[in-house]
Amino acid sequence: MAFEPKIIAFCCNWCSYAAADLAGTARMQYPESVRIIRMMCSGMVHPQLVVEALNMGADAVMILGCRLGECHYQDGNHKALARSDMIVELLDDLGYERDRFSLHWLSSAEPHVFVSAMTETAERVRRLSALQLPDGGES
Amino acid sequence: MTEGKKIGSVMIVGGGVAGIQAALDLADSGFYVYLIEKTGAIGGTMVQLDKTFPTNDCSMCIIAPKLVECGRHLNIHLLTLCEVTEITGVAGDFAVTLRQSPRYVDMNKCIACGICTDVCPKKIDNDHDSGIGKRRAIYLRYPQAVPLKYQIDPAACIGLQRPGTCGFCEKVCDAGAINFADVEKIHRINVGAVILAPGFEVFDPKPSGMWGYGTNANIITSLQLERYLSTSGPTEGHLKRPLDGKPVRKMAFLQCVGSRDENLCGNGYCSSVCCMSAIKEAVLAKDHVPGLQTSIFYMDMRTHGKGFDQYLEQARSEAGVRFVRCRMGGVETDGESGDLRLRYVNENGRQIEEFFDLVVLAVGLQTPKHVLGLAHVADIKLTADNFAATSDFAPVKTSREGIFTCGAIAGPKDIPQSVVEGSAAAAAVAELLAPARNELTVLPKFPEERDISGEEVRIGIFICHCGTNIAGVVDVKVLAEYVMTLPDVVHVDRKLFSCSQDSQESIIQLIHEHRLNRIVIAACTPRTHEPLFRETLKVAGLNECLLEMANIRNHNAWVHGNNPTGATNKAKDLVRMAVAKVTFGQSSQAIAVPVFQKGLVIGGGVAGMTAALNLAQQGFEVHLVERTDTLGGNALNIKYTWGGEHVRTQVAKLIDKVIWNDRIVIHKESIVTGVAGFIGNFHSTITSKNGETKVIEHGAGIVAIGGEAAVPSEYSYGSITGVVTSVQFDKLHELKEKHVKLAKRFVFIQCVGSREEGHMYCSKVCCTHSVQSAITLKKENPDRNVYILYRDMRTYGQRESLYKEARKLGIIFINYELHGKPRVTGRGAEIEVEVWDHVLHQPLLIAAYMVILAVAIRPRQDAEKIGTLYKVPVDGHGFFHEAHGKLRPVDFSTEGMFVAGLAHYPKPVEESVAQALAASARAATILAQPEVKLDTIKAIVDDEFCDGCALCIDVCPYHAITLFEQAAVDGEAPKKLVRVNVAQCKGCGICQGTCPKRGIYVVGFTMKQVVAQLQAALAG
Repeated sequence: MAFEPKIIAFCCNWCSYAAADLAGTARMQYPESVRIIRMMCSGMVHPQLVVEALNMGADAVMILGCRLGECHYQDGNHKALARSDMIVELLDDLGYERDRFSLHWLSSAEPHVFVSAMTETAERVRRLSALQLPDGGES
Repeated sequence: MTEGKKIGSVMIVGGGVAGIQAALDLADSGFYVYLIEKTGAIGGTMVQLDKTFPTNDCSMCIIAPKLVECGRHLNIHLLTLCEVTEITGVAGDFAVTLRQSPRYVDMNKCIACGICTDVCPKKIDNDHDSGIGKRRAIYLRYPQAVPLKYQIDPAACIGLQRPGTCGFCEKVCDAGAINFADVEKIHRINVGAVILAPGFEVFDPKPSGMWGYGTNANIITSLQLERYLSTSGPTEGHLKRPLDGKPVRKMAFLQCVGSRDENLCGNGYCSSVCCMSAIKEAVLAKDHVPGLQTSIFYMDMRTHGKGFDQYLEQARSEAGVRFVRCRMGGVETDGESGDLRLRYVNENGRQIEEFFDLVVLAVGLQTPKHVLGLAHVADIKLTADNFAATSDFAPVKTSREGIFTCGAIAGPKDIPQSVVEGSAAAAAVAELLAPARNELTVLPKFPEERDISGEEVRIGIFICHCGTNIAGVVDVKVLAEYVMTLPDVVHVDRKLFSCSQDSQESIIQLIHEHRLNRIVIAACTPRTHEPLFRETLKVAGLNECLLEMANIRNHNAWVHGNNPTGATNKAKDLVRMAVAKVTFGQSSQAIAVPVFQKGLVIGGGVAGMTAALNLAQQGFEVHLVERTDTLGGNALNIKYTWGGEHVRTQVAKLIDKVIWNDRIVIHKESIVTGVAGFIGNFHSTITSKNGETKVIEHGAGIVAIGGEAAVPSEYSYGSITGVVTSVQFDKLHELKEKHVKLAKRFVFIQCVGSREEGHMYCSKVCCTHSVQSAITLKKENPDRNVYILYRDMRTYGQRESLYKEARKLGIIFINYELHGKPRVTGRGAEIEVEVWDHVLHQPLLIAAYMVILAVAIRPRQDAEKIGTLYKVPVDGHGFFHEAHGKLRPVDFSTEGMFVAGLAHYPKPVEESVAQALAASARAATILAQPEVKLDTIKAIVDDEFCDGCALCIDVCPYHAITLFEQAAVDGEAPKKLVRVNVAQCKGCGICQGTCPKRGIYVVGFTMKQVVAQLQAALAG
């Protein structure tokens, strides 16, 4: 069986989670590697959760929040954005590639943005992991 | 007010955004609502729009929560496919007859899986896509429709047209929902009041073939463009030429199609919204097509609403939208190319020809025929423009008592104004039916909650097949066997449709039978169905927070349909994650805060008095705080409304009613100096002129502190006596002052202090006011020369009739641009006004006797102070900033506080009155309840871990967290801790994301729960 990465996606209840729902309604298809964790806001995601997810074996962690300026809670996504620099530095220190963490902004009516974020991340992670696993990607 | 019988229910005709708002406000304040919709689903025109101006919010995303709320409200009865055929009776006691067309789909059985649509062989034009896409004969109006139930279009359905044929939908429907034998039904419903909110239709340019519409597919309407731009539209947001699929590089918008034009379309009025929607579309289309050039051809740019002029300037300077003031000559197809040739006369009088790929007609709003029929049935009077006739001081009351309006039936208007009127109509109804409040509404009743604190974890899992939606992809049997092996799971059950009524009963029974204390529903999305299952838990005596949903449909079966094995494995993970999370679930009670059922209104102008009076007549005690010693505010300076109603007479009546109302306590010469508390529970300190203070307890507050006229610093104001402001001029005119009386030439200069650097907003009332004054002057003496120097003449809506009359009377309108302002110099008794003449290309000199400056409306200086006290924001101009420019136009983001009148933005009297009523209706939704229930999702401080670092305090968007010092306990040193004010907390969890010590968490999303989810997700 080909290597199937596991990706953790922290989705804001108001935008990306809803967009993922709509992707379903529209029967759009994307790799099944993603595991969505519903949060109330992208600003709710503690940096420690990102680190723990990677430590536990996630191949990538995504945070998906509302478009900047459209946060359901005024500016929670800006807080998430501000924290992301720190997360990237933290991951650097821990030896994780930057590509294993990403931030995405989308509205609840943009299932295609959600789907392409999922597809691209899965692709990227597959390449990353293939680099690390010389046996051809068995995991 | 009418005496006699009052029925505590209301019928709202029309399920667009205005009707929805009215329905929610009324149902939330103790009145039972019948919401009548003509089509198969509520939502109105707003669900067809891609984005909304000026915030560029996705239209569907912002209205969807309101749709769902309407759909499941216990006190809103939704009736689709209905039309009103008769209204008999009187205010307080009407009998309404409805004719309901058959849906041919059983709403109780349909689960909206959509298999029927897939097999339906009949395709027809989709009216939701304004005719550019296709739909089947069995269809949903739009994917997020409420109610989410399919319907059959009888005119298109093969099986209904030729019974015995087709019937594919019936064969594939697992739920057995198709009913070809469905028939028309007649309902007779008794209600206390009726609100008409049937909306509008866009002007159809096809019959007249206006600007070539219908001759070339590259000429489309603005509504069709919305559908092209929408990612859920027929082209998924790809903009190409409809005729040949070629890329669009150059696009033209033609304004005023079906508006301001009695010759070509018969609609003399201005549709008010098309300028802004064209600008929005021109800006957004550029996002869809890189390098796209967009030009807007217009007569006057009417961007008079809040934030609109800034939007216009950004469109011009940042997005590069081109604006061409012109007279359109014609649109022709250029040979075989499909390109379009526009001929127009520009403002310099030159004839120009230009080519475009796509032409968009900014179609106006009009009252559809069926609404004229409804007006006839309802027996209400109409204006010359075929809109409902209303008074400026009662903008939602029709000519028939007990029948109200909101939205575009009473004149073309945008979404915020429609929402305002929706709430305003609710306020007017609540005033009429106040004695019958809470008589027909029901409160949900639940058994006492089981205390599970001592119980071991016992998890029950319900796996939904959702017909074949899930079971067709995921091997549900394997899934059920697997999840039974998970720790603490004591019962697993499969349901064909877990959301059906019988499934709810079975779940309740199984909870009792197996003494389950944690429930996992593996089905669809919690966003639509969690409230339903939470109710079920409550009925079973379990706390609603002990539920977790695993979204194995939308996030799994539907998106991995081509990989059943992968989907089954993922379903196992998703359920395992839900189980892990719910294991750490804890009971949490929605916090109830007692409400002081009293209102506070700050500001005794028309808006403040209207709000106070309405609240009082709804039965609430109101405190009205006025800064000066006089009630009336700015309205005391105005003579007539645009419609010609005498303002001071009306204001005097209003003051009388306010003064004599027992429930209103007036505090003159007083200001608010201190505020404590939150929604339902405010304590405001007011201080009078002589320093006395009082503390007023109130559950909700309305800020209506008004605005003030700007003092001009240009046009020789102050140095030449004949240069006066419009307010001063009105006074002089009223006094028959000799200069006014004898003057032969008057010049009005518009936009003095408006629409320029630092004040980039339109004061909204000055164009209409100057035109009105000019008409009066001209009528008094036709020999007078009256000039109006303007930038864009903004006599929006039905006010356009005044502009037309003024031109007919010979009033001279001269356009000037911001960079070429008129010059005013004194010359003895005369004043010389110099303005650039665009047609003659030379300066024009007018020797005037009087120059009248249309001065801007400014916010009051004390706005910011009030803002700080109530934690409500003001915008860059100093006007109060509402919670949401589109759908919460009178709410503040601070719950329990509302805004109305000039304090929010410049506006004419009738809009201030509507907004005041709206604020009152919104406040009443709080005041009508003895207590407010807050959401269960709240932040909780863990005192053991919190070290009082206070990082969470800075990031909390609602200022809900405060620092305090805990006294020394058991010999330990005193400790700094934070505390959450649950009433202010909205559960966003930004505090949790920030806390370095795990000292604060949000119920249902604790770090423990999320980490458990992570472990479960990555364990497989």
